[in-house]
Amino acid sequence: MTAIGLRLVRPGAIASRRSLRVLEHDLLVFRRGWHSYLLSGLSQPFLYLVSMGVGLGLYVNRNSNLPGGVPYLDYIAPALLVTQAMMAASFESAWPIMGKIEWDKTYHAALNTPLGAMDLLVGDLMWIAFRATLLSVLFLAVIVALGAAASPMVVLAVPVAVLTALAFAAPIMAFTATQTGDSGFNALFRFGITPLFLFSGTFFPIERLPLFLQPLAWVTPLYHGVAVARSLSLGQVEPVGLTVHILALLAVAMAGLAAARVTFRRRLVV
Amino acid sequence: MTEISTGQEPLIRARRLTKRFGSFTAVDGVDFDVAAGEAFGFLGPNGAGKTSTMRMIGTVSPVTAGDLTVFGLDPARDGARIRTRLGVVPQADTLDNELSVLENLLIYGRYFDLSWAEARRRADELLDFVQLTERSGDKVEPLSGGMKRRLVIARALINEPSLLLLDEPTTGLDPQARHLLWDRLYRLKQRGVTLCLTTHYMDEAEQLCDRLVVMDRARIVAEGSPRQLIDRYVTREVLELRFRRAEGETDDSAHLNGQLEGLAERVEQLPDRVLVYTADGEAAAAAAYERGLRPASVLVRRSSLEDVFLRLTGRSLVD
Repeated sequence: MTAIGLRLVRPGAIASRRSLRVLEHDLLVFRRGWHSYLLSGLSQPFLYLVSMGVGLGLYVNRNSNLPGGVPYLDYIAPALLVTQAMMAASFESAWPIMGKIEWDKTYHAALNTPLGAMDLLVGDLMWIAFRATLLSVLFLAVIVALGAAASPMVVLAVPVAVLTALAFAAPIMAFTATQTGDSGFNALFRFGITPLFLFSGTFFPIERLPLFLQPLAWVTPLYHGVAVARSLSLGQVEPVGLTVHILALLAVAMAGLAAARVTFRRRLVV
Repeated sequence: MTEISTGQEPLIRARRLTKRFGSFTAVDGVDFDVAAGEAFGFLGPNGAGKTSTMRMIGTVSPVTAGDLTVFGLDPARDGARIRTRLGVVPQADTLDNELSVLENLLIYGRYFDLSWAEARRRADELLDFVQLTERSGDKVEPLSGGMKRRLVIARALINEPSLLLLDEPTTGLDPQARHLLWDRLYRLKQRGVTLCLTTHYMDEAEQLCDRLVVMDRARIVAEGSPRQLIDRYVTREVLELRFRRAEGETDDSAHLNGQLEGLAERVEQLPDRVLVYTADGEAAAAAAYERGLRPASVLVRRSSLEDVFLRLTGRSLVD
């Protein structure tokens, strides 16, 4: 596994010119619907931040139980930025990928060209990273407009969100390539993604979780992404902790990529 | 196996080519050569191993055992290089429903590393060739089956391949759509494109193929030109007799009662009719009548590859 992982680190091996062609394909599809992406990319963060940050925050702030007396809006804004990127990436690496493998079989058409299974995997991961970037930048704009960030370092929450997105997308793509239909996705979202969204320190510190659940939060990539983005946004950066969080995210993304490399080959090259 | 007479290196060369999926053997040690410029066919029923063979040639399915070279290259090592010069029309359309007709061609051109401008130039030309220019901006979904097939063929030609692989190109199409497609394939052949196709249609094999192999149960059971195969395995003409069956009769033996003996080289009883293989169908029909046979319908026709297949395997081709 490590050998595979290390080989993947070579940038030339990952982002070959051929995988860029796959990204081009996805951008061509995106070109048709970019306005709706833009609209939902701006309205979603606005609705979330106003209802939860401002509305719910009114009651939370009254008790001011958050560490350092941080306003609730400032507390959840960077977390929601990361969460939204994670959600979009999880979705994109499930149903649309299944479509390309099984329903429309467009991956099979692409494999009749010089492209290989690895190019498809990496190209679509690049697209997911692109989409996460776009959503995060829009989210950031809303955060800034609402004055919900204490530090200009909040802009670095964007790359953190993209890395978190990839830490979800890569393993989910690995999983998708083992499935023949979408029934597995319902379980994945119901028992995996949604609980993570709620319990990864997004809405309240994980110290509030029952003691036995806390280690569970540590192993989920969302917890690490949220922690980093929040510390950047609040301007409370602690270098060692930040490094550990980033390394954890990288490790999950790389492990996911290595697994996806195996499952993609197994599924597409028979 | 007949040797290729040109003396040139064949475009495709297979020796003891084998494909296994677990314990199932899809292709069982087949030998064949395809020469540049010819139209070569794999004829056989579903499950005979045609598609598996094509996928190995297309370098998308690893060879289990035996030797295979395409353009003199090894699919395992030079897959991408081989695919650069290959056009593939798969059994399923695999078109991109999220893109327009034109965009389907453009992005495919990009996969072959063409510039956008060059991809555009070729796409326009190909849309014209397959008569889809007016649908260029449309989505793929509402196209008819025949149009989708033509678009897939256009897509397969975007890299100007010297070898075109077609897996059951006209399955599920109405006769008009089939003839339009055959015409386009014939034109490609005239331009020097080597065609390699699978089919379970006799007329298609007779129309398009210079040479073909008949596959059955993972093996090649015969090889030659359509004419050669017909000459070798069947008679020139076939007399088809249908009888009106009485209640409870499951075959026509009661009617025949040995009365065709000596009339024909071979008699084949099918569930719905009797085939009488003979050089002169009219004469055989007259003789049968003289002997007292009273079939409900009589048809004399030229024998076809269908008869060859029946002869070779004892089964009809399209079940």
